[in-house]
Amino acid sequence: MPKDSGIGASSKRREDIRFLTGEGNYTDDINVNGQAYVYFLRSDIAHGTLDSVDTSAAEGMEGVVRIFTGADFEAVGSVPCGWQITDKHGEPMQEPRHPVLAHGKVRHVGEPIAAVVAETLEQARDAAEAIEVEISELPAVVNMKDAVKADAPKVHDDLTSNLCYDWGFVEENKGAVDQAFKEAAHVTTLELVNNRLVANPMEPRVAVGDYSRGTGDYTLFTTSQNPHVIRLLMGAFVLGIPEHKLRVVAPDVGGGFGTKIFHYQEEAFVTFAAKACNRAVKWTSSRSEAFMSDAHGRDHVTKIELALDAEHNFTALRTDTYANMGAYLSTFAPSVPTWLHGTLMAGNYKTPLIYVNVKAVFTNTVPVDAYRGAGRPEATYQLERLVDKAAHELGVDPIKLRRQNFIMEFPYATPVAVEYDTGDYVATMDKLEEMADIGGFAARRKASEAKGKLRGFGVNCYIEACGIAPSNLVGQLGARAGLFESCTVRVNATGGLVVMTGSHSHGQGHETSFSQVVADMIGIPEDMVEVVHGDTANTPMGMGTYGSRSLAVGGSAMVRATEKIIAKAKKIASHLLEASEGDVELKDGAFTVAGTDKSVAWGDVTLAAYVPHNYPLEEIEPGLEETAFYDPSNFTYPSGAYACEVELDPETGQVTIERFSAADDFGNIVNPMIVTGQVHGGLAQGIGQALLENCAYDSDGQLLSASYMDYAMPRATDVPFYDVDHSCQTPCTHNPLGVKGCGEAGAIGSPPAVVNAVLDAMRSGGSTVDHIDMPVSPHRVWEAMNGSGV
Amino acid sequence: MTEVKMTVNGKAASGNVEGRTLLVQFLREDMGLTGTHVGCDTSQCGACVVHVNGEAVKSCTMLAVEAQGAEVSTIEGQAAPDGTLNTIQQAFQDHHGLQCGFCTPGMVMSAAALLKDNPKPTESDVRHYLDGNICRCTGYHNIVKAIMAASGQDVSAIAGE
Amino acid sequence: MYNFDVEMPSTIADAVTALARDEAQPLSGGQTLIPTLKARLAAPSVLVSLHGIAEMKGVSAQDGTVTIGGATTHATVAGEVADAYPALASLAGRIGDPAVRNRGTIGGSVANNDPSACYPAGVLASNGTVVTNTREIAADDYFLGMFETALEEGEIVTAVKFKIPEAAHYEKHLQPASRFPLVAVFVAKFADGVRVAVTGASENGVFRWTEAETALSADFSVEAVAGLKADGSSMISDLHGSGAYRAHLVGVMTKRAVAAINA
Repeated sequence: MPKDSGIGASSKRREDIRFLTGEGNYTDDINVNGQAYVYFLRSDIAHGTLDSVDTSAAEGMEGVVRIFTGADFEAVGSVPCGWQITDKHGEPMQEPRHPVLAHGKVRHVGEPIAAVVAETLEQARDAAEAIEVEISELPAVVNMKDAVKADAPKVHDDLTSNLCYDWGFVEENKGAVDQAFKEAAHVTTLELVNNRLVANPMEPRVAVGDYSRGTGDYTLFTTSQNPHVIRLLMGAFVLGIPEHKLRVVAPDVGGGFGTKIFHYQEEAFVTFAAKACNRAVKWTSSRSEAFMSDAHGRDHVTKIELALDAEHNFTALRTDTYANMGAYLSTFAPSVPTWLHGTLMAGNYKTPLIYVNVKAVFTNTVPVDAYRGAGRPEATYQLERLVDKAAHELGVDPIKLRRQNFIMEFPYATPVAVEYDTGDYVATMDKLEEMADIGGFAARRKASEAKGKLRGFGVNCYIEACGIAPSNLVGQLGARAGLFESCTVRVNATGGLVVMTGSHSHGQGHETSFSQVVADMIGIPEDMVEVVHGDTANTPMGMGTYGSRSLAVGGSAMVRATEKIIAKAKKIASHLLEASEGDVELKDGAFTVAGTDKSVAWGDVTLAAYVPHNYPLEEIEPGLEETAFYDPSNFTYPSGAYACEVELDPETGQVTIERFSAADDFGNIVNPMIVTGQVHGGLAQGIGQALLENCAYDSDGQLLSASYMDYAMPRATDVPFYDVDHSCQTPCTHNPLGVKGCGEAGAIGSPPAVVNAVLDAMRSGGSTVDHIDMPVSPHRVWEAMNGSGV
Repeated sequence: MTEVKMTVNGKAASGNVEGRTLLVQFLREDMGLTGTHVGCDTSQCGACVVHVNGEAVKSCTMLAVEAQGAEVSTIEGQAAPDGTLNTIQQAFQDHHGLQCGFCTPGMVMSAAALLKDNPKPTESDVRHYLDGNICRCTGYHNIVKAIMAASGQDVSAIAGE
Repeated sequence: MYNFDVEMPSTIADAVTALARDEAQPLSGGQTLIPTLKARLAAPSVLVSLHGIAEMKGVSAQDGTVTIGGATTHATVAGEVADAYPALASLAGRIGDPAVRNRGTIGGSVANNDPSACYPAGVLASNGTVVTNTREIAADDYFLGMFETALEEGEIVTAVKFKIPEAAHYEKHLQPASRFPLVAVFVAKFADGVRVAVTGASENGVFRWTEAETALSADFSVEAVAGLKADGSSMISDLHGSGAYRAHLVGVMTKRAVAAINA
């Protein structure tokens, strides 16, 4: 029987009421009295020397409050990078300065050169058009392999080259890996591109800066997944504002998918300008602006090789990846192709020897950083495409080859530094085979062929590392932050609770699912619990939401804080019950003395905490409010198996997704409805990457896919109803809820299944093509099937 | 500046606008109805869909002066006066047809227009009708399901949680 | 957007007068023009809205001709032409999305002549006539190239006339992002011959594929066009498809349109 409340129940989302009635409070809905508006004049040239920025004609224009250029920010800090990678020679990565407004040079189309603050946005834009900018254009660096050639123009003149780092992992294994390849019975090699994407949350970024001369306090309202992180990065590293004088508010946020993790220069600008202009300053990104200023995702070019013995056991894996950083290092950019990617290269398989090389490269493009999955989709895609290719080369069933090489025993220490605590890859694959109705595929293929279409079936597995992350571990790996999470639980006198979490909800439904957990622990109705997030003024220092970490890390902090609450409440209850604490138990919202009918209700205990007339004041303080910080001891390792069935029109190359099945192991589940919804959304983004989405630049560094006219977003007609299952559950062993995280799985696990299915369809039409790059557009399919290749 | 008068959610509304003022700006900035959202600048995402004289339109692609004298309805006018969600809104909640909520007002308004013209749409009808409404969170599954449920159809056979 | 005045005339005559103002530009449904203005790619000083001109709205069918007022929305055409000219109604009902179809107009589409717009293919294949406030222009003389038409400054498309063929079909392959046609073909079979118009493909905008017309006029069958190849040399080549791919799609869409008519 499904539960109707608490952990395991598909409680309806409370946040829906405001979103469904137009009462959400998104950043663009916030207006501060007297606010001015900023328009950023952005470079339309990818690479050039900024010879002059003449604002004189614009200064006196109607409505102009003040115009800022790079010179105004010379004394201001660089937009910081939060992760330092050490290269394979033990040297730190090359780290360029990242100015708030361009100074000296422009390095990508969209880089802000000047900012006009005016009474209205249109006036700001009018004045921006009157600014005369002289740029001496330099050759643009776009292609990564060209960028690392000795004679390539340098994106940053003060760095030795365009190579940010050359990372080897695990460097000590390299010799053994190379030897295993020499001894292999079969080697499968694959070169592929993981296409550059734009996250495109439907809410464009917005930032409103405010400053009070009376108090010296700054407030920044911003579309962020982690307001405390923004406060720390911007306050400490860019503007020099102590955290106690800076409040960052991320109210309702309309989707993030990673791109709202990072600290952007527009946030620093509006905060700085609010003081400089002595009035609030608001920036609202247009979608077109978002395409050239939001950090992009993916963009890897990889060669991967798999060594197998004569029995088809995987013996070694070797990869060589170029990872695009763009023109500057965005907040977590260096960690994505390294620690979030290299450590996942074992996948679901017991390959004993692995070596990963990653060259991170600066180019004259928008910075690239984490996007839903962040490194793990790149790892999964190359590995699962490679295993499929190996199966076809060897003439064995792709599922059988996978099963043969599955990791079977847990915990399992991979050769790439992580230890999977739990998993059951056989169970998810068994479940998937049942869901995908493989037995019926031949008939479905026949039916497609009768219509002149081809039909293909593709499968893949995935493993991911979520719940980022143990602070001491990531510290050793170069993170310049801790990755704990925090929670304060405040119990009111009448028994209701306020959960103040450092996690941030921007679509995930924390207000509902977090309440379910606390209500379940105490045994009270969910509506007695309120969840507060997104404001540094009323939540403890937290690290925010990304990497599928909210429930695994933030939820664990919440459990710990609630445990402290319960422990103290029990002390109060035992006093009220005149019983020994050890005899008192909490059940269904009441404290009972074991074996008796003596009990005191939750609300009576909480009232006593705040009206301590009959209260053990010598032993404990009045009040009932506790804070916990939780630092995980390991990552969590969700896993699963996905299958995709496509129909392909050989005349046009059009691919349609006919079926998609996903069998996931997320460990324990708090709200199955929300979990399923998270998988749905991830699947659409993964299918989008596989079939539709492509952020493309030309050789001059001009962005070709600069709006929804050219960047293909998945729409309702592009996707099917999905079949999603999460009944295979191996609970996480090291967090109190046994949860693993579900936010990214769909996006990680789906692209290889789609591409494997497309290739299967093409093969059934007689094609001998063994790889096709994403997005698998009709044009690419048609060219591949007609021999010209793209 | 031109004075525009229209009816918004059944109430008289007026204001002075520039020629270039978009209907969505009038609604959000002059009327304070911030439920209607702007998600793109190429008339594709549909976060701004409202009804003008009963028809779904993109309020970011219509001038405020063009709505002179019109009956406009927005997401704020969909629930009953006592706050009870209408059938479509309730179906979106029941079937988890929204996550971040940003595209939701446009989705609900498009769904209302669809069901007015086509009271029992097929899955394909719904998907095609949503051609101009982009959602990045839900993968559309639960939106399509919610709209079909709101039309009174049995959706229990569609994969659920 | 740059600012502009908006005039809202209620007659064609008043609209023509208003358009004589300096830097005046007609505003029809605005579904292309308003995004263009938002991007500050146009700077009219006055927009003359054609929306309130009753004499430019509505659909009529008689003597084998469908006449559609220039300010008639795609949604209206999709609904009201369904009996008289189902292929045209189908074209109108698949432009953009429902909200766009409730505002966008046939006059606006035909006046703009976007190389990927749907209507120009329908007008050209139907041997249509573009009616303006001053004259009638045969479709063959009207579409002059990408975003170019025979319209003079200040001239308004007041109506578009379509000859109703014996049978017709509009087949399109979508550009995945914009959802405009990457290539679309309108095949219209008349008693005295077949007309085939192609949109989305050519750098010169909508065009008639005369080889296919000749072949189909002689033998209206899929086989008649199966061996034909459209000339790819002046086809658009971009992120979404090469010229060769577009040329190939012209053939595929034509075949499918013929098959649909013969089905």
